[in-house]
Amino acid sequence: MLTDKDRIFTNLYGLHSPGLDGARKRGDWDGTKAILELGRDAIVDIMKKSGLRGRGGAGFPTGMKWSFMPKKSDGRPCYLVVNADESEPGTCKDRDILRHDPHKLVEGCLIASFAMGANAAYIYVRGEFIREREALQRAIDEAYDAGLIGKNNVHGWDFDCYVHHGAGAYICGEETALLESLEGKKGMPRMKPPFPANVGLYGCPTTVNNVESIAVAPTILRRGAEWFAGLGRPNNTGTKVFCISGHVNRPCNVEEEMGIPLKDLIEKHCGGVRGGWDNLLAIIPGGSSVPLLKKDVCDTVLMDFDSLKNVGSGLGTAAVIVMDQSTDIVAAIRRLSYFYKHESCGQCTPCREGTGWLWRMMKRMETGEAVAAEIDTLQDVTKQIEGHTICALGDAAAWPVQGLIKNFRPELEARIAARRSALAKAAE
Amino acid sequence: MALRRFAAEQPASFAFTADNLVWVDKQIAKYPEGRQASAVIPMLWRAQEQEGWISEPCVRWVAERLGMPFIRVYEIVTFYTMFHMAPVGKVHVQVCGTTPCMLRGAEDLIKVCKSKIAATAKDVTADGMFSWEEVECLGACVNAPMVQIWSDTYEDLTPESLEKLLDAFARGEKPKTGPQIDRHMSAPEGGPLTLTEVKS
Repeated sequence: MLTDKDRIFTNLYGLHSPGLDGARKRGDWDGTKAILELGRDAIVDIMKKSGLRGRGGAGFPTGMKWSFMPKKSDGRPCYLVVNADESEPGTCKDRDILRHDPHKLVEGCLIASFAMGANAAYIYVRGEFIREREALQRAIDEAYDAGLIGKNNVHGWDFDCYVHHGAGAYICGEETALLESLEGKKGMPRMKPPFPANVGLYGCPTTVNNVESIAVAPTILRRGAEWFAGLGRPNNTGTKVFCISGHVNRPCNVEEEMGIPLKDLIEKHCGGVRGGWDNLLAIIPGGSSVPLLKKDVCDTVLMDFDSLKNVGSGLGTAAVIVMDQSTDIVAAIRRLSYFYKHESCGQCTPCREGTGWLWRMMKRMETGEAVAAEIDTLQDVTKQIEGHTICALGDAAAWPVQGLIKNFRPELEARIAARRSALAKAAE
Repeated sequence: MALRRFAAEQPASFAFTADNLVWVDKQIAKYPEGRQASAVIPMLWRAQEQEGWISEPCVRWVAERLGMPFIRVYEIVTFYTMFHMAPVGKVHVQVCGTTPCMLRGAEDLIKVCKSKIAATAKDVTADGMFSWEEVECLGACVNAPMVQIWSDTYEDLTPESLEKLLDAFARGEKPKTGPQIDRHMSAPEGGPLTLTEVKS
């Protein structure tokens, strides 16, 4: 189990001051100038060696992403855009970073911007996080006042940091939709290529990173790539903030080592599953978009990218949604289908129409009104959405339903049979 | 996606307060020359904070100020669901209904809203005080179930504590925000099990 000395977010719960003085006491803004003096290439190299994979869901190596930015400017400015549009159901880690440890993010923005030749960063905070963006703005104002960022700052790299916000659209968590939204348009994802590193914000080279990925960077650079890479498992290194919600005795956020067994995570930090481990029905291990796992898999699976991929799910945002035996699993997934229907941007037909189909079919599955053959139709609809859309929202809508059919088909069949027999009895 | 359009009854005009006009200029300055359209969402949000909802004259004002066609601002308002296109109550209760909150009883919170406020979402009480709606994940899942009322969240609710909360608002009080049980933010109930060695 991770000890406090290896935890990065030492004010995760907001027990101490989030202000500059408090942040400095916890080690933020310490030797930042020396980090920048290492130079662009060395910083990117350390980030690569640390093995940090993006914390926003896709798990793309952060150092490699930074290295895609042009080495020499062609006259266009470069931008860092931080994705604080945290909206994946189950996920609330960035919220704690924004409100309790914002200086880690601001310092990370300066370092990352330097490493990619950017002089400005925009932090896109989801619209609902109003207090959180106020807290972040306070930290940015403090950093400006102390000369840590801004023009002619003490670090010798001119850097402006701006807070921007959305207004309630899950799709803006997709990086190109976020860029569209930041430009003042509807958040509809762009076709790729061109990738943001070539044509991003305002047509300029841009890197979009998750809050947690940027906020851990200063600590990695201070403590060294070896320290971070020494935690977790190869290709799945470091620490991660996990959000455990649902049917556990004490839901919470906690920073733990990557690769911690799922069962340990729940038993040690959350007081176990409500009614005991044997009362567990299923767990969605990485935010609503990943397929659920049945109890037998949860008994042994490790919480990291590769382990969860190997069991047909994913780490996603490490938002663990726990469901005990009392759960109406069909209703729980039906509610997710409604979420994706509500949040589809409407650009691609398979997603715009398909998410509505999924939701309406899931309602029929919930009550047992469907006929048995519809289970295959439902599966077929998910396959017609998956992979046929510009962005991954279509896939995200399909996977929870696929996970349900794969793991709980007998439950769906039983409901249909039960309703048919009840109707037959009523007709007698 | 959802069907969203302007309310039938519209005010004759829209104007920002003097303070907000200063704020608008500062917002626009955050973005590069010629990219002032970036300020559209923050401006509309400030307008909603001022007026309580987004009216057609407001959209026209914002479009003109930012040099955008009217339709480009209108489509922003219909696309982003935090914009209210008709007046809501002074206390507008947004109940998170997505699965993590649902698992911990969000449906019971909605029942409370239906009985205490209005049977139908977005209907405003006769005194103009209350309205409610079900919204998608508000990102406070480890403190489920929860509601957001304007800028603040009220977390770890039960039907009983939500009723108390609404009663407090009805009396004109400002109830405590955040978790409504003995718990600090996202730390587990009963006190943190980690970060206990961190002293400052």
